[in-house]
Amino acid sequence: MTHVLELDSVDGGYGHAQVLHGIDLTVEEGHVAVVLGANGAGKTTTLRAICGVIRVRGGDIRFEGKSLVGKSPEEVSRLGIAHVPQGRGTFSELTVDENMRIGAINRKDKEVASDLERWYAAFPRLGERRKQEAGSMSGGEQQMLALARAMMARPRLLLLDEPSLGLAPLVTRELFAHLGDLNKEDGLSILVVEQNANLALDIGHWGYVLEAGRIAVQNTAHKLHDDEAVRKAYLGF
Amino acid sequence: MTTDQTGAAVEPMMGAAPLELEAEPEPGRQTLWPQIPRPVFIARVIIGTAMAAAALYAPFYFDPVYNRLLSQAIYLAIAAMGLNLLTGFNGQVSIGHGFFYGVGAFTSAILIVDHGWTFEATIPVALVLNGVIGLLIGLPALRVRGLYLALVTLGLAVLFPQLATKYVEGTGGVPLVRPRARDFSSLIAGLDDDQWAYFLSLAIMAVLFVLAWNLVRGRIGRSMIAVRDQEIAATTVGVNLAGTKVATFAISAAYAGVAGSLSVMVDHVAAATNPVFYFQRSVEFLVAMAIGGAATIMGPAVGALALVLLRRNTEDLIEGKEILAPALYGAALIAIVFVLPEGLVGGVRRFLAWLGRRSSAKGRPPTHPIPDDSQ
Amino acid sequence: MQLFVEQVLNGIANGVVYGSVALALVLIFRTTGVLNFAQGEMALFATFISWKLTQQGLPVVGAIAISMAIAFVSGAVIERVLIRPVESARSPLNVVIVTLGLFLALNSLVQLIFGTDPQFMPSAFPSGGIELFTSNGRTATLQKGTLGLVLVLIAECLVLWFMLNRTKLGLKLRAVAANPQSARLHGIKAGSMLMLGWALSAAIGALAGSLVAAQRTGFDSNLMQTVLVYALAAAALGGFDSLWGAVICGIIVGVADALTIQYIDPLNGIEVVLPLALILVVLVVSPHGLFGKRTVERV
Repeated sequence: MTHVLELDSVDGGYGHAQVLHGIDLTVEEGHVAVVLGANGAGKTTTLRAICGVIRVRGGDIRFEGKSLVGKSPEEVSRLGIAHVPQGRGTFSELTVDENMRIGAINRKDKEVASDLERWYAAFPRLGERRKQEAGSMSGGEQQMLALARAMMARPRLLLLDEPSLGLAPLVTRELFAHLGDLNKEDGLSILVVEQNANLALDIGHWGYVLEAGRIAVQNTAHKLHDDEAVRKAYLGF
Repeated sequence: MTTDQTGAAVEPMMGAAPLELEAEPEPGRQTLWPQIPRPVFIARVIIGTAMAAAALYAPFYFDPVYNRLLSQAIYLAIAAMGLNLLTGFNGQVSIGHGFFYGVGAFTSAILIVDHGWTFEATIPVALVLNGVIGLLIGLPALRVRGLYLALVTLGLAVLFPQLATKYVEGTGGVPLVRPRARDFSSLIAGLDDDQWAYFLSLAIMAVLFVLAWNLVRGRIGRSMIAVRDQEIAATTVGVNLAGTKVATFAISAAYAGVAGSLSVMVDHVAAATNPVFYFQRSVEFLVAMAIGGAATIMGPAVGALALVLLRRNTEDLIEGKEILAPALYGAALIAIVFVLPEGLVGGVRRFLAWLGRRSSAKGRPPTHPIPDDSQ
Repeated sequence: MQLFVEQVLNGIANGVVYGSVALALVLIFRTTGVLNFAQGEMALFATFISWKLTQQGLPVVGAIAISMAIAFVSGAVIERVLIRPVESARSPLNVVIVTLGLFLALNSLVQLIFGTDPQFMPSAFPSGGIELFTSNGRTATLQKGTLGLVLVLIAECLVLWFMLNRTKLGLKLRAVAANPQSARLHGIKAGSMLMLGWALSAAIGALAGSLVAAQRTGFDSNLMQTVLVYALAAAALGGFDSLWGAVICGIIVGVADALTIQYIDPLNGIEVVLPLALILVVLVVSPHGLFGKRTVERV
């Protein structure tokens, strides 16, 4: 199994504060890696470091063997990584259809139209609202849109930052079902950061628990799911 | 989240320095001196005393021309402070406070010339009149958000000279009222006229600044800031949105009115012959506030002084090419914003904060603020 | 009736001027979120450049085209060098100050470089007017120059609308305006799009300035200052959202202004009350302007 993403002793942070201390993390090709941790542990910061939104101060990040350190978010995106940020990154003033097309904006092939139909079929609610202003949709719908938009770029690695935030349980279940399908059917590699451990670990292969900017525990998703001690100690439930 | 030009949600103004160096006193316990790190407190006391001493001694040291310049800085500071309350602390952007300034100036001038009032008695009139007008304008302003408010107020500033031309009959049929120098003679024996003008202005500025300081630190001030930063949330904790906004508008208008009134004493004229004059004044108030540091107390004063000195110095700089002066002025404004995005006071605070971090770093491990992961 | 039509035509003639500057203002606002107070002076500078070129013997159309190209590049440079560094430093006020500083600097530079004497700008359109109708011995004429300006504006709106709404580039521009962070995560170079927004507005402003200057009997460094206020009013009236709205509202403001001068005596001398009152009334009734889109704010 090759590593599609590799973080090697990564240090990073904001301004004077160092948030990440020597993070070692890998995502295997075709696998779902889950990063768990309480608020403030550094989960979002990790994703931002991968995408070049914040500067990496030490260590290396490699995507398919190539280093990402020092690259801008635009460059990282063009390499084949799609990032669904917290807050979903919706282009509120634009229509659903325009949002989707933005996902495919850098593609040069001719299959954009067929991909659109594919994702509208996979997310029927989006299909119904193509001309609707994206900002007027509910949180769950915007999250689906964010996911579909990310997929329009045909990424080889999908990053998701707390996709369940602010969503009703039923919607969250649906969302993770979609993610699971994408991984099983398309072989998409996924790195998902979550506070909602259960659903994430259910579709995951490998899990990391982040605490105060360090990897505290890592194990197969299955084992983490069942490990009560870990859950009580690091995840608070 | 604050609202930006169109009222859409955006990051709060960072130029609005969030009193970061002071710990909030517990609710119900209003301390006079909030807890600040020691070295910062000492630095502030020293700076404050030095500035006060300099301010008091200045008019005896400088000549009347320079004193006049300083007095201009003072009334500019008052107007900037008023705008600061409205824009810096309450988030309503106005580029038309020149309107209230103009009303104040003409009120004083006309009362003196046509009705024989003593100057000092006209100041409260200017204050109250503008407060009322500000109230009246603040009401419809409630319906106009952000960017549009800025534009409407711009219109006011452009309107004023036209109004003055229409309704004021000054010397020679032009909107110009020129009281005599005698009307402003010093009320204190031993003080020259220009020194008297300086001290009167300074005293009024001190009073108004202290009032503003109290306002900001009190409950009303918190309401203002709450309205600026998160309108919807503010209403859920019982802040009277409309009341706060209108009241702030009225107060800021009153301050600008006083500034206008004082300007008559300092410059001996109230004029509206230049159609863009009151627009320029409005811009100056805004710039003084921003350069000094929005949502700070000393900011407007520092900014006003910087602005007046800048204007004076760029005028002197190139002889024979006075045309170039606005270009240099404009370039200098841009440069200041580049170098000190939080304004002068903000820059000083950052420096003091850095000092504070250095000194505590020696004793114990520094506490790094870990940003909330949900950012 | 005769007088009314004449005033309306006058109003339209002025209105297209306001509309063309409003177009540039709205374009830059829609693509970068900045209200550029220096728009008028940037246009002024470009106008003087095209005037100078006509002095050197270039045909008017060529001179204007070159000045537009220069403005295009300058707009991009200004965004990169003056606006972007300040914008990332948090306070929206700072950007306003920079544009104001630019306003002052450009106006004074124009006087320094090109002098303060009024100059004459040749028109790109044939002179003369089109007679509409005659009554009471007076003829209402529509100036060919005005008609030309209207046609140019319509063309501009069409081209811009097409670019913004039907091309990939336009989508990128609007994406950056809507959510710059998210746009970057999708591989869109936000910085380049911002520069493009400024460049386009500057070019449009340059075109507006040159055509407007030709409409007058003479122009100097004061050309754009009153125009700016009315253009801002027109843009606000249109909601800062819609390109067509800016142009149409420009004409509305122009016509309303002309009619006010003619018919409403008490407002004699303070006509600027009118655009103000218009804005207030419209905004009270419809907070997003006449043509603005209602954006739903979810808490």
